[in-house]
Amino acid sequence: MQQWLTEIAPWLAQNDIFTPATLAQYWQGLVNTVQLVFISLLVGVVLAVPLAIARGSRWPWLKWPIWFYTYIFRGTPLLIQLYLAYYGFAFIPGIQETWLWFFIDDPTYPALLAFTLNTAAYTTEIFRGAIKATPRGEIEAARAYGMSKVLAYRRIILPSAFRRALPAYGNEVIFMLHASAIASVVTIMDLTGAAYYVYARFYSPFPAFIFVALVYMALSFGIQGIFRQLEKRMLRHLRSGS
Amino acid sequence: MIDFQGYGPRLLDGALLTFELAVLSLILAVALGLLAASAKLSGSRLAHGVATFYTTVVRGVPDLVLMMLLFYGGQIGVNMLTDQLYYAFDIDIFININAFVAGVVTIGFIFGAYMSETFRGAFLAVEEGQMEAARAYGMSGWLAFRRIRFPLMMRHALPGLGNNWMVLLKTTALVSIIGLTDMVRVAAEATKATHEPFLFMIPVALGYLAITSVSELVMLWLRKRYDTGFEEQD
Repeated sequence: MQQWLTEIAPWLAQNDIFTPATLAQYWQGLVNTVQLVFISLLVGVVLAVPLAIARGSRWPWLKWPIWFYTYIFRGTPLLIQLYLAYYGFAFIPGIQETWLWFFIDDPTYPALLAFTLNTAAYTTEIFRGAIKATPRGEIEAARAYGMSKVLAYRRIILPSAFRRALPAYGNEVIFMLHASAIASVVTIMDLTGAAYYVYARFYSPFPAFIFVALVYMALSFGIQGIFRQLEKRMLRHLRSGS
Repeated sequence: MIDFQGYGPRLLDGALLTFELAVLSLILAVALGLLAASAKLSGSRLAHGVATFYTTVVRGVPDLVLMMLLFYGGQIGVNMLTDQLYYAFDIDIFININAFVAGVVTIGFIFGAYMSETFRGAFLAVEEGQMEAARAYGMSGWLAFRRIRFPLMMRHALPGLGNNWMVLLKTTALVSIIGLTDMVRVAAEATKATHEPFLFMIPVALGYLAITSVSELVMLWLRKRYDTGFEEQD
């Protein structure tokens, strides 16, 4: 990156705002945004799969707490969840002395906590809907083959549900990317944070924010393209003809 | 009663602002959404192109970035415009952009794009036979739209509209970042001052849940209303 920046420096000589220094700032923002979103989504999916299965359980003490969790996290703004994760721990008296301090020392951790719990709640509901929509015939066929419940989930229900969940999950990924813009509120230098910094430094909102909007747009369309390819490959059996 | 340490009245004011902001943005978003949906369905290639550009841009960029662009850029843009007017025509005006209006315009603008997709699909779902029947009854274009196409379209649009409203309501929390004193901003200020995040954040969260819960009841009532005459099929 550094070398690349020095190479393009001559072209930027006439430019007051997009100097190598601000481009480096944007680059760091991009790295932070992608990291935050990627880790949250990854952990979110891992949490959401068992939660979605348990959400459809017959036991009320398993089903209702999960319903409550998704209701709360989907019903309130992510910004509030972020504030709670960020300030909720920071103001516990004496926390500086405990090992938990690492968590507050770097705002990335509270942000990761809030984002992960939020995306896990949405993903749980997406998977839940997809599992519920499994054609009865598929489950009956699995049972007729003598599959146990676990085996039927692993081999039949989950793979088929994941495919059906793909379009909705693609939207959730883009939603998460866009929602992550609020990370700048808790002093994380993400893409939006970098744009705000450039705006405040040069008092020029249009270049600062339009540039970052284009970066987000490129990321969004990239994600959309990946999911469209995935859908094409994994939902091939649902298309008519060929 | 919970002791809000003197922040109680401000929290209530903030809640009122959140609600007003959400409702006014919703009205603007529905108007823009209907306009953009009509533009997409119209034969005009220019109108179709403009509407598609609008929805693509809005859906590719985070709400907060658009909000910052319109909010911070809006004033400078207006100033540049009035400066031009002054130099060119010697007209001296100063327009100060009100933060609340900027918030309504921004959120309405963003959600107009989402609404347009909902309305487009809903308009397409209305059977042409219904409109032909309206025309056969001698209804004028506007009357047929008001009495036939719009109510039939709303039946298909309601689920999407309800979803958009819930997302819009939560998006209003972002205005606290650009300086409007909605309930989130009051809670954040109170948290920083008193070091009691849960005391303020949890009531605000409950405020959002209360609005969404009431909205679900309204949605249920609306759905029933627009489903009139369709019960037998469902």
